[in-house]
Amino acid sequence: MVQLTLPKNSRITTGKTWPKPSGATNLRAFKIYRWNPDDEANPRVDTYFIDMDKCGPMVLDALIKIKNEIDPTLTFRRSCREGICGSCAMNIDGINTLACIYGLDEIKGDVKIYPLPHMPVVKDLIPDLTHFYAQHASVMPWLETKTNRPAKEWKQSIEDRKKLDGVYECVMCACCSTSCPSYWWNGDRYLGPAALLHAYRWIVDSRDEATGERLDQLEDPFKLYRCHTIMNCTKTCPKGLNPAKSIAEIKKMMLERTV
Amino acid sequence: MHYLTDRKRVAGLGVAKSGVHHFWVMKISSVALLGLIPLFVFTFGPMLGRPYDEVIAYFSQPFPAIVAGLTILVGFRHFKDGAQVLIEDYVHGWKQRALIIATILLSYTATAVGLFAIARIAL
Repeated sequence: MVQLTLPKNSRITTGKTWPKPSGATNLRAFKIYRWNPDDEANPRVDTYFIDMDKCGPMVLDALIKIKNEIDPTLTFRRSCREGICGSCAMNIDGINTLACIYGLDEIKGDVKIYPLPHMPVVKDLIPDLTHFYAQHASVMPWLETKTNRPAKEWKQSIEDRKKLDGVYECVMCACCSTSCPSYWWNGDRYLGPAALLHAYRWIVDSRDEATGERLDQLEDPFKLYRCHTIMNCTKTCPKGLNPAKSIAEIKKMMLERTV
Repeated sequence: MHYLTDRKRVAGLGVAKSGVHHFWVMKISSVALLGLIPLFVFTFGPMLGRPYDEVIAYFSQPFPAIVAGLTILVGFRHFKDGAQVLIEDYVHGWKQRALIIATILLSYTATAVGLFAIARIAL
């Protein structure tokens, strides 16, 4: 059976409440998931207070401020700070999103920050995405050709190029896959929305010559058909993409070669 | 398990080469039930609580009997496939196989009993 409760050593406890900055008039509380693999303690939620008059507008600004000025042990991934690298994906106020493009003004009350759900945690807000990346690699996310010519760039019509819009922009942040209940329960076998979106990106590419092989690799009750159109992936995608539609298109293609 | 590569874990036992038929049958039965369920409600519903002879006479007519028969047939086929997906989602290991077998047997039995009852009344 699926496990509906957290194992004992994963149950979250109340953590430390850090002192409020002195002289601040515009305070905001941040409740942040903390877990350190080295101390054998259960995860906890620490509370930090930030003077919002001295903080940037995004959640990532607040996290960096906490790390720089309050608690240097707080651990999280970040890089581009403009929503293009996908590093700072985390669960903010109950939504999987990118901390760098999620505004603090979009959150009411305390800011609650957890790592992406249902993934092993490396430390604090960093999930282990090893399996997720291996799933991505398994869909052959590159152009496969059998024809040798032309030996220069392959042309694509404007109409065919348009088919890639809304698909190629995925930054592999894993927000979609980790929001999907099917991925929670069967993530070992179900490829998840991100990998399937990438699979579709190459299936629909007019230059790719491995369409049949790509579909063959997905014809499986678990790899593809665990998607039940729950739509969490589409709702949560910080880039505004629609992985559910891509998965539906793959299912339609599967049917087209049968019926 | 600790020494498997990540790619081997993802590949598992490979691709089952199935799923399309199951998906297609679910879609067909869904569309069929969209029509059958209202027809069944409007034929079966008025007979609820009516005298025995009247119900027997009503279901001896082709239309209500065929609607009831098709609803049972398609409904339990849809149930069988849908419940299998549900079980695959939430139950793992030997319990999954056992529950799927039980669901399939239940569906076929219920279909047979339903069709026999309608045949008995209608014929």
